[in-house]
Amino acid sequence: MSKQRFGQTPSQTVGPFFHFGLPYENDNNLIVGDAQGQRIVVEGRVIDGQGEPVPDCMLEIWQANAAGKYDHPEDTQDKSVDRGFHGFGRCSTDKDGIFRFHTVKPGAVPGPGNTLQAPHLVTFVFGRGMLKQLLTRIYFEDEAHNVNDPVLGLVPNARRSTLIAGKTGPATYKLDIVLQGNGETVFFDY
Amino acid sequence: MADVIPYNREEKSAQPPSLYMPYKSTEFRAPKQPLVILPHTLSEVTGPVYGHGRVLPIDADLTKQHAGEPLGERIVVSGKVLDENGRPVSNTLVEVWQCNAAGRYIHARDQHPAPLDPNFSGAGRVVTDAEGNYKFTTIKPGAYPWRNHPNAWRPAHIHFSLFGPSFINRLVTQMYFPGDPLFAFDPIYQGIPDVKARERMVSRFDMDTTVPEWALGYKFDIVLRGRNATPMED
Repeated sequence: MSKQRFGQTPSQTVGPFFHFGLPYENDNNLIVGDAQGQRIVVEGRVIDGQGEPVPDCMLEIWQANAAGKYDHPEDTQDKSVDRGFHGFGRCSTDKDGIFRFHTVKPGAVPGPGNTLQAPHLVTFVFGRGMLKQLLTRIYFEDEAHNVNDPVLGLVPNARRSTLIAGKTGPATYKLDIVLQGNGETVFFDY
Repeated sequence: MADVIPYNREEKSAQPPSLYMPYKSTEFRAPKQPLVILPHTLSEVTGPVYGHGRVLPIDADLTKQHAGEPLGERIVVSGKVLDENGRPVSNTLVEVWQCNAAGRYIHARDQHPAPLDPNFSGAGRVVTDAEGNYKFTTIKPGAYPWRNHPNAWRPAHIHFSLFGPSFINRLVTQMYFPGDPLFAFDPIYQGIPDVKARERMVSRFDMDTTVPEWALGYKFDIVLRGRNATPMED
């Protein structure tokens, strides 16, 4: 492995006062036009190690469109980008620690080798008291591909459910993100 | 589909742990279970490189966002966004935010009894050019107290948020000013294990970008993860 010439800039906390500094067009709504696919709400609560809601977190998600295509030059699949949909969303938690995204259900995307990854949202959690962001994923309980997903397969069986949002309505999914303690969410070293 | 080209892993000595007890609010926000090591897939090596909305010239000048001039020391902050191999990261969104010269954020929850400045909001956005360069004009932020421990003060800093070419390049950091006596007492700065790596967050005064009769120049380069260089390139 070659030695890198430049060292990585360290991460620092987003702090408590980020809201005015990180405005983002459409914010937690990824639907910017006539998006293809099923429109869904993904919501939940961020909870700390004392079981308290975290009112000053920010979540960001990145996802494929309904066809399983990322709007990025390295996604070379022969599938169309959806101009009615933006794959990135940002949402601050409210005073009760609640976040909510309005999006479309992503399609499955290619995984390592010939595997297929079940539909998921790549999710970062930022906040005061977090010197660097945490990476997790949000899957959907009604997806048959979950059982063969190569990333869920890396997670100890007993903890997999912390990554899978439950269906709480016809088009609503809910998953709490537990930073620490009972039911602690699986976070990734990436 | 061919497998993706992974990015380099985190440089552990340069990146903070989740739990760092001198920074008190890490105590109940740090995971206790081991992180699961994630090989990079298409989901990680892609990311939002398009469509960050409109970024206007006024977004890069925090001193001109109101009717009057903000109080404080006018500065020009510029630098280059690059990867570990020295390749420029072009056309990427850089978001910045900060407190005013008195050490007060416009944020509603900031209760520090220092004055707000009606001519300063403290938020900006720029997109890097083809060579990875960015530049914005602002005023030097003040130090401010916080409640982490008795007589705790944050060194003056500007918050930076960067996207880069993939989602795993996502970086939120803080830029500091050279020679700040508060570094030794700040658990956020000290949370970086490697002393030399901490210094990567400290800008340097730069006479070349200092604008005569107008503003002091500070340079701050930001290094995102790269991919392993192939032997062909050496």
